[in-house]
Amino acid sequence: MTEPDAVSGVDGAAKQAGRGANEEGEGTIRRVTEPDAVSGVDGAAKQAGRGANEEGEGTIRRVTEAKHHEVRQTTTRTITLEVTRYRPGQDSAPVLESFDVPLMDDWAVLDGLNYIKDQLDGTLSFRWSCRMGICGSCGMNVNGEPRLTCGTFFTEFGDGPIRIEPLKGFPIIRDLVVEVDDFLDKLRHVKPWLIREGEELPLTTEHAQTPAQLEAYKQYSMCINCMLCYSACPVYVLDPDFLGPAAIALAQRYELDSRDMGDRFDMLNLDEAVWGCTFVGECTKVCPKHVDPAEAIQRYKVTAAMRSILPWSRR
Amino acid sequence: MIDVLIVGGGGAGLRAAIAVAEADPELSVAVVSKVYPMRSHTVSAEGGAAGVIAAGDSLDEHCYDTVSGGDWLCDQDAVEAFVAEAPRELIQLEHWGCPWSREADGRVAVRPFGGMKRERTWYAADKTGFHLLHTLFQTTMKYGEIRRYDEWYVTKLIVDDGRVHGVVAVEIRTGHIETIAARTVILATGGCGRVFPFTTNAAIKTGDGMALAYRAGAPLKDMEFIQYHPTGLPFTGILITEAARAEGGWLINKDGYRYLQDYDLGKPTEKPKLRSMELGPRDRLSQAFVHEQRRGRTVETPYGPVVYLDLRHLGERKIDARIPFVRELCRSYQNLDPATDLIPVRPVVHYVMGGVHTDLDGATPIAGLYAAGETACVSINGANRLGSNSLPEILVFGRRAGTAAAAFAQAHRQAEPPAVHAQGEDERRRLERAREGNHGGDRIADLRERMQHTLEGAAGIYRTGAELAKAVDTLAELRERADGARMDDTSATFNTELINLQELHTMLDVAQTIAACALNRRESRGAHQRTDYEARDDREFLAHSLVYRAPDGAPSVGLLPVTITRWPPGERVYGRD
Repeated sequence: MTEPDAVSGVDGAAKQAGRGANEEGEGTIRRVTEPDAVSGVDGAAKQAGRGANEEGEGTIRRVTEAKHHEVRQTTTRTITLEVTRYRPGQDSAPVLESFDVPLMDDWAVLDGLNYIKDQLDGTLSFRWSCRMGICGSCGMNVNGEPRLTCGTFFTEFGDGPIRIEPLKGFPIIRDLVVEVDDFLDKLRHVKPWLIREGEELPLTTEHAQTPAQLEAYKQYSMCINCMLCYSACPVYVLDPDFLGPAAIALAQRYELDSRDMGDRFDMLNLDEAVWGCTFVGECTKVCPKHVDPAEAIQRYKVTAAMRSILPWSRR
Repeated sequence: MIDVLIVGGGGAGLRAAIAVAEADPELSVAVVSKVYPMRSHTVSAEGGAAGVIAAGDSLDEHCYDTVSGGDWLCDQDAVEAFVAEAPRELIQLEHWGCPWSREADGRVAVRPFGGMKRERTWYAADKTGFHLLHTLFQTTMKYGEIRRYDEWYVTKLIVDDGRVHGVVAVEIRTGHIETIAARTVILATGGCGRVFPFTTNAAIKTGDGMALAYRAGAPLKDMEFIQYHPTGLPFTGILITEAARAEGGWLINKDGYRYLQDYDLGKPTEKPKLRSMELGPRDRLSQAFVHEQRRGRTVETPYGPVVYLDLRHLGERKIDARIPFVRELCRSYQNLDPATDLIPVRPVVHYVMGGVHTDLDGATPIAGLYAAGETACVSINGANRLGSNSLPEILVFGRRAGTAAAAFAQAHRQAEPPAVHAQGEDERRRLERAREGNHGGDRIADLRERMQHTLEGAAGIYRTGAELAKAVDTLAELRERADGARMDDTSATFNTELINLQELHTMLDVAQTIAACALNRRESRGAHQRTDYEARDDREFLAHSLVYRAPDGAPSVGLLPVTITRWPPGERVYGRD
């Protein structure tokens, strides 16, 4: 089958379709040469423009010049960003739009997107915040790979073009923004908090935890919830019920914490949880924080298998 | 009707939410945040959280460090309460699972930090804020009664007859505009660093909560006190934590000279010395940079002058164990390795000491309205915050505000007045009009940039009355132009341009208060340095600035005496003892 496509509408039916196969492919690319066609037209004309291109002209809408803008440094070089555009209710399917932005050595893909938003087309929608790789907001597909756009630099792509699409595997809300509520429901489901029994220590005393005990779970606590691992996971893309890499890694973060007294066996020992994983390992490869969700899952498979043979062995 | 509505899902907001849930599980509590809570800027805090726990340390010493670090502008009753409760809050976080770094025997480890006389800064490597935020966020999931409005943007506080009654908010995903009635509201939206062009602050730090309170008639306090952190990466403004210096890093100029010794901060020693040299307070270090630059001893780069942070002598092992994020950031964003290369750094806007005027329980002068964290000014930070005081601050005062709001909601059960609906409808119409678009006018980004450069020029590390007066006028003019700003996006779905426009307005309101307060304070104190009034003036200005929004929209500044309990104003001494 073809690569699953990230693009889909937000309603349930389109969501299902979007998780399946690629429908349109290159047919949805569009080219526009006049800057005004992007920044100056009213909503109706724009809508018409999008409609016309759905027929698959094979063109990319192109924006080459900013009207009002001052770049702190001047450069004559530019690089082309091909960016997914999609507005539900106005566009029947996502299309690519092409923008030329200054090719600055220090710029990340996110800087390019902000240049578009600030100077070329204020209607482009995407999430970002910390621009230092810790808030987890700006995950997108960059030339087909799930990446944090704040930490993905132009220098990696030569003369371009760079294609920027929403993360695969999630319903698109608009442009580069995808719906991630499913993950938060799954995270809550694994009880991502310290489970204790009996009397709590007073607030004058901490639990002892040696550096080795900390090390046992530490890497799983480094997950920034950026969703790149879900986007890369071939199981999740086909089966939205799969608990998925980050939620399992975070369950393990508490399971392996010496202070935790909980038991997450019933939520992890399931076909939709650890046993659903086919151990492709893509999650670990794409993780920008070097968490190893694939290992978390395989380790829990061992734990779960031991529990089945030796039911009294809890951990 | 929601009992406690919290605006902002960072550390202060989430800590408040848990406090409400624990105070009374019958109370309804909502967290309304323009981003998913784990995206909040608390996530970026690196170095640590101060709390007295080590043998040989004392609450009084933490108080004195904080008060002298704040150049005696802190309210000392607030500092005493803060210092006393900080350790308990940090232990509470430990009980909730925060992965604090540990000593070999399993106790929580502490490290030195700038301006602190003892080692009292708890840390989780150098991702303390990240771990603190995720621990809090995941812990809130335990409480079914905490309802989240993720990616909702609050545009207005509804206030009638001196009391808050709720908010108006836009659901960003759908464009749905809703009036959410609430018995109490806690503002916990963080700071406003984005009013400056070069800042460590995330894109979301646009002073929303400050502007909401200010427009509703509550005063802001001490807005002129803007903290420049001495070590930001050029271009990106990414923070290199003070922990890098606490672990032994040196600041050197273009000649490889540890220049801080020339600025009354002590003499260089091999090992870091507390309250000395690189472990001096941030205001003094950033000011020293400006003098180095004037002497021609900084290095020119395309992104401005820099000095260097030298960590090479720490060695790879120590860097990886204690400050791994510093190495990760340098490699990913500056293309260098601090184990072998010098890190170029320059002062960068990091924190605002000022904020919404509150009492020790986070209460503002508007009944039912509270504020906590960087949004608020209690004040414990005075004229200059010490590194690692802000994380315990969000915990201590987040909890206090949550507890106080819960009690207020329990005591005031009456239904909403008719004004709530009327004000909500007015705000809805305003937002709908904005969303109709506007194809004339200035670009949002252009106005934002002008505002940022105006403030940087006039309200930077050193200031003059003439420049500030000019900035007050420029900002007023920009505010008028922002009313007619261009808006191309007319979509209801995830309209980020609509949000950016609202944020431009909040930033301009906040920017005006910064310039006005700075102009009014004719002295130099902490982070506020006036070259036309070089001395601290305790006779006139041992007082907070309180700024109200006048009926015509202009800021109106007054003064409020500082509360002194046990530490009379004295000289700030670093490196001399």
